[in-house]
Amino acid sequence: MATITDTIKPPATSVGVLGWLRKNLFNSWFNSLLTIAALWLIYNLVVGLWDFVTTANWNVVIVNLRLFMVGRYTLEQVWRVQVSVAILAFLLGASWRAWGGIIQQIGISIAALFVGLALLAFETSSRVYLAANVGLIAIGFGFAHLLRSRGLLVALWIASPFVIAILLYGGVGGLPIVATDLWGGLLLTFALAVSGIVLSFPLGVLLALGRQSSYPVIKWFSILYIEIVRGVPLVTMLFTAQIVLPIFLPEGITVERVVRVMVGFTAFTAAYLAEVVRGGLQAVGRGQSEAAKAIGLNTIQILWLIVLPQAIRVVIPAIVQQFISLFKDTSLVAIVGLLDLAGIANSVISQKEFLGLQNEVLVFIAAIYFVCCYVMTYASRRLEKRLGVGER
Amino acid sequence: MSENQSDDIIIARDVHKWYGNFHALRGVSMTLKRGEVVVIFGPSGSGKSTFIRTLNRLEEHQRGTIIVDGIELNNDTRNIEAIRCEVGMVFQQFNLFPHLTVMDNIALAPLWVRKWTRDKAEKMAAELLERVGIPEQADKYPNQLSGGQQQRVAIARALAMQPKIMLFDEPTSALDPEMIKEVLDVMTQLAKSGITMICVTHEMGFANAVANRMVFFDGGQLIEEGTPEQIFNNPQHDRTKLFLSQILH
Repeated sequence: MATITDTIKPPATSVGVLGWLRKNLFNSWFNSLLTIAALWLIYNLVVGLWDFVTTANWNVVIVNLRLFMVGRYTLEQVWRVQVSVAILAFLLGASWRAWGGIIQQIGISIAALFVGLALLAFETSSRVYLAANVGLIAIGFGFAHLLRSRGLLVALWIASPFVIAILLYGGVGGLPIVATDLWGGLLLTFALAVSGIVLSFPLGVLLALGRQSSYPVIKWFSILYIEIVRGVPLVTMLFTAQIVLPIFLPEGITVERVVRVMVGFTAFTAAYLAEVVRGGLQAVGRGQSEAAKAIGLNTIQILWLIVLPQAIRVVIPAIVQQFISLFKDTSLVAIVGLLDLAGIANSVISQKEFLGLQNEVLVFIAAIYFVCCYVMTYASRRLEKRLGVGER
Repeated sequence: MSENQSDDIIIARDVHKWYGNFHALRGVSMTLKRGEVVVIFGPSGSGKSTFIRTLNRLEEHQRGTIIVDGIELNNDTRNIEAIRCEVGMVFQQFNLFPHLTVMDNIALAPLWVRKWTRDKAEKMAAELLERVGIPEQADKYPNQLSGGQQQRVAIARALAMQPKIMLFDEPTSALDPEMIKEVLDVMTQLAKSGITMICVTHEMGFANAVANRMVFFDGGQLIEEGTPEQIFNNPQHDRTKLFLSQILH
């Protein structure tokens, strides 16, 4: 009789490379046909891509690099954008040391990206700049080593968007103002996406909570807001923000076009996030808030400590999906006359000296969009995994 | 019955509760003395869980009076919060917070409600884990524990607020048979410590061993009460006799 500890090996035919190939790719004549067709497609794709990359005229990107990165941002002031990037590189390095995990991986990827770009780089000054940023990541890493707690670092992160916004816009401490109409390219894309993400998230959570509120006024306002905004295309929202927002402001106060667009994106994304978060709230069982009540927590503590952390964890993938969608939708600002990365690409394509090079330009910006979106997906997957420890 | 405040820790008089048109509690009156251990039993839907849930206002009663440790339960939120600090509750489904470690589950209320320092709260949480017999599980998450261990953590979490009264709502009904004993052992030890306890349970061995009084509920009413000896050997009502004959084989 076999004892309980006996283990039996799996049959030999189901293991090994050949076993895998037969089982997954050639297990019937139809699947074999599909496999061959797919291989043929992949071959053509790779060859075509290789031909394109090796014969492409990347001059169009090299010459217009500044346009792609910062648009028409005043040339003498571009150092302010560079300092902003440097601040972020420093903070990234420090956070890498302080938190590790996913931030470490993002740190490594970005450092590798900088090194790669520096090797490809087109002129010495950009090489030096990229190398300096890698250096700053290292310095930040060392700085965090000296820190006792992460509190200071958190405070620095929270302050950084304000510092960078002031730095980029100017008007303080003798810095000349660079009107936001001049911002463009990747700078504008990032400015819109980051402001949209940072502002719409708390707003969306508030709307989701409002929709479940027992106060009818709050509840109906939230429902009305969410349903109206969801029933309107983003393009309409952006136009509305352009035209309607100034009407609500007191006379004499004008708001820059970019700020109006930011308001539009934030208002739009918040409505979608609200519905996503509401789904998460419903996934948290009633027993959770009962248990929290029973130990004496008050309503706000129950929300903040018990319900929201669980609700948001459930919907991280959907939230990140919304952020990715926001990131790509920033290209819609073209309709109100702003030139983000995609807008710049369009105008570069129509430059006389680079006619017919649209493939190079489009592949270049597609690569940038892809890298940014992939970083977000990757981060969300890691975050889910890490938070999954406590799952029921 | 005596009206002595210092002696009677829970006074419920003519408590009624409706869910829509359904009359779930039909005039329940009960008084508990300090340190008393009461077991409530009865068929499902008899209102026993509903009744103990009105005692810390997880359910609102619509008629009658409930006074817990001298504080009357009404719509005043300060009263409700004050009473919830005095009354610990253990649920059938444990209801541990899955996103927090065992340690954080227990330390949460002392930290946020009593405003203790983290050191103090964690020190007490560690002592409580020792008391319920699982000090080595402090850094795990609830889903990494067995059902019996989770319920013991839930007991520790309720005790962390140093309540004067503990309510148990069918604490062993969701457990595998082999885990029931470890939870009952903790409850027995607790009952002997002198805390006031109300347990809704069908563990008759436990009731016989530790209860000062047993209460039979049916149809939203308190049908019969008495010492375990009276209830087991000489039940007065037919309904009680029938129910006992069905659960005691």
